[in-house]
Amino acid sequence: MSAHSHTEGQLPHEPEKATLEGRNKILGFWLFLGAETVLFGTLFSAFLALRDQVLDGPKSQELFELPLVALATGLLLTSSLTSVFATQALHMHKVKAMIWWLVVTVILGLGFLGLEIYEFSNYVHEGHGFTTSAFSSSFYTLVGFHGAHVAFGIVWISLLIGQLAKKGLTVTTAPKAYVAGIYWHFIDVVWVFIFTVVYLMGKVG
Amino acid sequence: MNRWQFFRKLAPLLALMVLVLSACGRSDLSTLRPQGPVAEEQFGLMKLAISIMLIVIVVVFAISFYVIIRFRRRPGDKTIPKQVEGNHKLEIIWTVIPIILLIILGVPTIQSVFNLSKDHTKDPEAVKVVVTAHQYWWEFEYPELGIKTAQELVIPKGKTISIEAKSADVVHSFWIPSLAGKVDANPGANENIMYFSAPKEGVYLGKCAELCGPSHGLMDFKVKSVDEASFDRWTAALQAPVALPSDPAIKEAFVSKCLTCHAVGDQGGPAFPNLTGIGSRETVGGILVNTDDPEYSNEGSTYDNLHRWIEDPQAVKPGTLMPQVELTPQELDGISKYLSELTLDYEQ
Amino acid sequence: MAHGHAVKRYSGLMDWLTTVDHKKIGILYLIAGGFFFLVGGLEALLIRIQLWKPLNDFVSADTYNELLTMHGTTMIFLAAMPVIFALMNAIVPLQIGARDVAYPFVNAIGFWTFFFGAVLLNVSWFTGSVPDGGWTAYAPFSGTTFNGDHGFDYYVLGLQIAGIGTLVGGINFLVTIINMRAPGMTFMRMPMFTWSVFITSALILFAFPALTVGLAALMFDRVFDANFFDPSGGGNAVLWEHIFWIFGHPEVYILILPAFGVISEVVSTFSRKRLFGYSSMVFATILIGFLGFMVWAHHMFTTGLGPVANGLFSIATMLIAVPTGIKIFNWLFTLWGGSITFTAANLFAVGFIPTFVMGGVTGVMLAAAPADFQYHDSYFVVAHFHYVIVGGLVLGLFAGLHYWWPKMFGRMLNEGLAKLTFWTFFIGFHLTFFVQHFLGLMGMPRRIWTYLDGLGFNEMNLISTIGALLMGLGTIFFLLNVVITAFKPKNAANDPWEDGRTLEWTIPSPAPEYNFKQTPLVRGYDAYWKEKMDGHTEMTPAEPIGSIHMPSPSILPLFMAIGLFITGLGLMYSHGEWGKIAGIEAGFVVGGIGLIITFACMIIRSLIDDHGFHIEPEELQDKGVKA
Repeated sequence: MSAHSHTEGQLPHEPEKATLEGRNKILGFWLFLGAETVLFGTLFSAFLALRDQVLDGPKSQELFELPLVALATGLLLTSSLTSVFATQALHMHKVKAMIWWLVVTVILGLGFLGLEIYEFSNYVHEGHGFTTSAFSSSFYTLVGFHGAHVAFGIVWISLLIGQLAKKGLTVTTAPKAYVAGIYWHFIDVVWVFIFTVVYLMGKVG
Repeated sequence: MNRWQFFRKLAPLLALMVLVLSACGRSDLSTLRPQGPVAEEQFGLMKLAISIMLIVIVVVFAISFYVIIRFRRRPGDKTIPKQVEGNHKLEIIWTVIPIILLIILGVPTIQSVFNLSKDHTKDPEAVKVVVTAHQYWWEFEYPELGIKTAQELVIPKGKTISIEAKSADVVHSFWIPSLAGKVDANPGANENIMYFSAPKEGVYLGKCAELCGPSHGLMDFKVKSVDEASFDRWTAALQAPVALPSDPAIKEAFVSKCLTCHAVGDQGGPAFPNLTGIGSRETVGGILVNTDDPEYSNEGSTYDNLHRWIEDPQAVKPGTLMPQVELTPQELDGISKYLSELTLDYEQ
Repeated sequence: MAHGHAVKRYSGLMDWLTTVDHKKIGILYLIAGGFFFLVGGLEALLIRIQLWKPLNDFVSADTYNELLTMHGTTMIFLAAMPVIFALMNAIVPLQIGARDVAYPFVNAIGFWTFFFGAVLLNVSWFTGSVPDGGWTAYAPFSGTTFNGDHGFDYYVLGLQIAGIGTLVGGINFLVTIINMRAPGMTFMRMPMFTWSVFITSALILFAFPALTVGLAALMFDRVFDANFFDPSGGGNAVLWEHIFWIFGHPEVYILILPAFGVISEVVSTFSRKRLFGYSSMVFATILIGFLGFMVWAHHMFTTGLGPVANGLFSIATMLIAVPTGIKIFNWLFTLWGGSITFTAANLFAVGFIPTFVMGGVTGVMLAAAPADFQYHDSYFVVAHFHYVIVGGLVLGLFAGLHYWWPKMFGRMLNEGLAKLTFWTFFIGFHLTFFVQHFLGLMGMPRRIWTYLDGLGFNEMNLISTIGALLMGLGTIFFLLNVVITAFKPKNAANDPWEDGRTLEWTIPSPAPEYNFKQTPLVRGYDAYWKEKMDGHTEMTPAEPIGSIHMPSPSILPLFMAIGLFITGLGLMYSHGEWGKIAGIEAGFVVGGIGLIITFACMIIRSLIDDHGFHIEPEELQDKGVKA
């Protein structure tokens, strides 16, 4: 059975699961997220092992700007909600609504990234650079890897928006959008852990 | 040959194996010829493990040989054997018996794990030594006795030696096979402790056991167990003032070119091997054995070894941090002679 | 329904560079893995020649450390794993009745990233900057403070790139096995080799990301001056050991489980008996995989983790002996009561059993932490892991290659030469490594460039070197066999061993491009054997003859891997070696270009819809059966 990009008549109920390729993509992506969980888990472990080695740099209690981070968190969590709306639109076969919600998701993601870049540049000015200490190296690697994942997701979803606008919602584009949504939720969950383990626990000491 | 005859033939082989094992290697180097209680405890565990594992090997080998002989296909045989799905009883047997064997091994293992991790760093009866590993030499400091030496760990026989091990550069590992298992010497905050003792007098060979650079395989040290009186004399001798070379030219060369890095007595730098008493040590550089009857290419008189080492350290130990010091031939000869005569008189 | 686009078909070199066919990718893995096996083997021979006598100076101390590092890294990552992937690719889709893997395009990416990662690592030999701190790359020796040349940059970047291939390969096989089995093939009807690939792929999925982080952190330390493992910056050397071994221990189970799968297939086929205790075997494999994640610190008993940790990890490690023992006995009882023929493939499989058990029991000995304080970092450990990897995995791979060669290439390897290969290699192996147990117990540490005379090490080192030369000879016999077989006609039967039990033996040898003309209907475990016992010569099809959809070939995977290779090189030489371009380090510019190439290929792949092509019923080779 082959997947055609043009189907006459109605889209199936869950278009992302209508083809073998689609089901394979979704299962494979969940497995990939399992691997990503181990990846971030290892980064967290390294951070936890090294968080006290501040050397001459500022300590986390004095350094972290919690209001800024809370705002960024709000943006990211909201973007996860808007990506849920996009997936709901997918299941209701409403392409225009889906594109609209994905655009909002991207804008919120860009906002998160902008705030994070601003936050990092502040830290660097305060003597907390990448090479300052083991704490700073592991901080920037963990939080930076997450930020890189957000950036990748933004580019990915933007390209998807283009594809959806051009080709519409099909059994080929649906799995791509569904999987991008799962990815976006995942990096949101990782952020919750970062916010808790790095920032909140760092502030408390 | 039936199964019983097979086992009868195998038994003497097993006995031979155990005998061979226990006679293997040098008594100052082999884990199979322990010379101290820690190595003995570890050897006991090794023997227990080997015995249990030999049972497994014998059973597996016996079934293997039986099966490949008995069920070999005769030429032209086209019969299909009975297809057997499995056997619950057998599955249980070969699950439960290994578990039992593991318990027999596991209990003494856990006992030993805790016994050998005892902390003697605050034990008033123990002799404390801080071991710092370097690329490619061993530094030994006795903090309670106020002395520092290198390459040769002199200890009083029978007493517990409490070791704190660390590294000044990369990860090394402190191993005296005939006396005790090894402990890693880590840089930074991961300092380790272990203990051992040497009831019999003698010189025991020590090795570095973690790849640390080109001369990892040449990073030998010695543990010298002496009677208590000799040990006390050694300690005192190390703290005695050390005379510099009598010849002024040699003395000048020695102070300006050697004592920037090394120390004798209370003069010189702390960062590199302490040379006090170097003339009495078993080796130069850990690897050139001092003997008046050299047999191998790494052996020679103390004077010859010192001369060879100082002349070109890289040729003896590739990658060593000691540079080729600029010395005239007279200075080289003079310093080598001086150091070869820098002895400590402590043995009876 | 007719399609407007023309069918893209390449031939010759372009066919191999653009293939997404799992069978061809399997052959590519075999060729590359085989080549690096020879490189690693040469490195081993040079090591053994250096050690044949005391105080030898055949190679310098620096070169020796480079040889031992590259030998280990090459053999594990660039030889063993690719040959495993060769068999996985060649056989698993056939065994489950599928026409390809779940992601053929990504499968090709997997091969090319492995290949270019391997090339990058070996470029180090030509630059004189070769990694020299062991395949385990312990910090801080592997950092720039103590290792200023580029050796470990090649290590970190080469393995990182190659590792991407392995990870995506793992995901590929998991999805393939879960989603694409033929109708009637439940999980408990899958062949044992497929089961072992399934568990191995799960191990790859969860183990490789830890390596990814470790390599990235070491790279950051080296290239960007980070402080993960540098004690002077607050870093922690033991942290590297944890991260490395959390990957490293599952890695050795990734290596051995596929070999276990091969043994199950070969032993069963050549004794004409079904596998004894199949469900126990499945359960034992799962348990080994699971426990494999719980034991990593047994590589670190001497690091100073404390008695509680050492005790727990001792017990956990000993426990793995139980499911492993279950497997050994199930193989022996598969042979028991069977009608055994000793083809070369079966010689390798039956030789595996006692040899691997020897390696396994030294593993249990090593598990006892206080005893390990003596064994650790001595030749006892070297003996142990060579027994399980060479005596286990490599014998298993030889068994699998000889067994499945006709299915992959349409020709049978010469049996006489194959048996000669077995005996030379097997005897050489035991000569090389059995004595090393005693060397370790007698006080010989590992990774030493030379040893002193008079310590009692001389005779056994000489024996070990002679054994290694024999192993080299055995390898040459195998290569000769491969070459002369290549000139034979491609006329192997569908089921050349005549006792095939699984689906791959129901189709022509070599398998046609589309694997199955009609997807088969599976009615039980050992699907083909079941049909044979019911008097059928072919499988019942599960679908009518129709046009078969095939994925299109593509050059993009090759370019994605080349892009990563360029990035790796650029990052390495970004400290002034290549000067500056517009104020930025040239190395970073080059690295950036490489990344752009890779991302551009990914974007092209995403934007351009390629729905593959069809093979029409008229083009199919055989008549097929009316469904």
